[in-house]
Amino acid sequence: MLNREVVIAGAGPAGLAAAIEAAKAGAQVLVVDLNIKPGGQLFKQIHKFFGSSAHRSGIRGMDIGTQMLAEAEKYGVEIWINSAVIGLYSDKIVSIERGLENGEKELVNIQAKKVILATGASENVVRFKGWTLPGIMGAGAAQTMINVNRVKPGKKVVMLGSGNVGLIVSYQLMQAGCDVVALVEAAPKIGGYGVHASKIRRAGVPIYTSHTIIEARGTDRVSEVTIAELDSKWQPIPGTEKVLECDVVTLAAGLKPISDLVRLHDLDLTFNAVFGGWVPKHNRDMESTQSGIYVAGDTTGVEEANTALEEGRLSGVAAAEALGYLTAEQAKELKDDIWERLDGLRMGPFGEKRMFAKNDILADFPACVK
Amino acid sequence: MEKKFDDDMLVCRCEEITVGEIRQAIAEGALDVVGVKRRTRAGMGLCQGKTCEKMVQQILAQELCIGPEQTGSSSIRPPVRPITFGTLAGGIK
Repeated sequence: MLNREVVIAGAGPAGLAAAIEAAKAGAQVLVVDLNIKPGGQLFKQIHKFFGSSAHRSGIRGMDIGTQMLAEAEKYGVEIWINSAVIGLYSDKIVSIERGLENGEKELVNIQAKKVILATGASENVVRFKGWTLPGIMGAGAAQTMINVNRVKPGKKVVMLGSGNVGLIVSYQLMQAGCDVVALVEAAPKIGGYGVHASKIRRAGVPIYTSHTIIEARGTDRVSEVTIAELDSKWQPIPGTEKVLECDVVTLAAGLKPISDLVRLHDLDLTFNAVFGGWVPKHNRDMESTQSGIYVAGDTTGVEEANTALEEGRLSGVAAAEALGYLTAEQAKELKDDIWERLDGLRMGPFGEKRMFAKNDILADFPACVK
Repeated sequence: MEKKFDDDMLVCRCEEITVGEIRQAIAEGALDVVGVKRRTRAGMGLCQGKTCEKMVQQILAQELCIGPEQTGSSSIRPPVRPITFGTLAGGIK
């Protein structure tokens, strides 16, 4: 069995930020990621981020990814790609299926002193008749295809959902050369930022609010969908059906935190609808109800890359402090700065409800932990 | 929204379980995700419910008039990601 001071599951913004902070303070850090490249979803975010300069606004997600990887390398962070954490056992033994350079896999158990779970979130699916037809996929999957793999998912796309993911991916699909036929939104108004929606509308793409997909049809793959208007009780109004021709349907219906490792280790969870479902309880150090096991990023509630990154930093600083690499004063200074930025990210009409949700989770942390 | 719940609609594509089969399981006494899984195999395929669990939860909530937090989740056991017998047979370092 190998030993590492800090083992991090997930090399997205949260996991990498945690790794950088812990390694910068002097800890020995290993990050494990399923994918063939670290960076999580950052490398498919070709758009510029919002917010103030402290939040890296105006910088493209992919460039943040490149900067973070360079920083991780500088501080000697070890990253195992193509490798999956398959188990987490008592006394912080982390079981990993490690991908080797020759394409083989081997099982490795690692004794960690601190574990940080930053496993992110997965896309929700939506049921309608024919939802399993080829050509129907998550909006995030389509975004990976165009921005990472440079493959168009098809020619004519119907997007379900008008949150920021639906709006941004629609625009990027257009940039990639797809014809976005329409966006369909069940709620009476557009979910995401006006600035993104305007880009779509200026391109002449209709956004059907109070509408949903009733059925997708096709033989080998989807060839058309029927949409219909919804009444105030979310019921389709007969006679309002429209048929849209398409060969791709992308579903932007939110995400849910990936909590399998959290559940495996019996961390206390709490249900939070704003954050996408069950999330692990944690304190202001991002420490879970089991001492030495930290959680960060979308695993703790679906938000944005920026919030994931800051939560990752918090967990990295806290782990380094617990290992004795930072004094309480040094750590406090770092953590106060991070919390100030996090509070800034959770303001305004879009952020405020996440601030309240996060406060609920923090308030729910038990006084006595395992 | 009834039309969205046609009985022949697939929910668990790995095990090919339909809305109708899940409703039947609930009618026979399934109260949560694990109950549905034991009766139908929904969520026991390759993806281990990563896609369909949320839909099973929605159907349970609708059929039993309960909140999503009362519908439960699958039990998690290692390995949490599918691995081959070949890898397992290679032993643990």
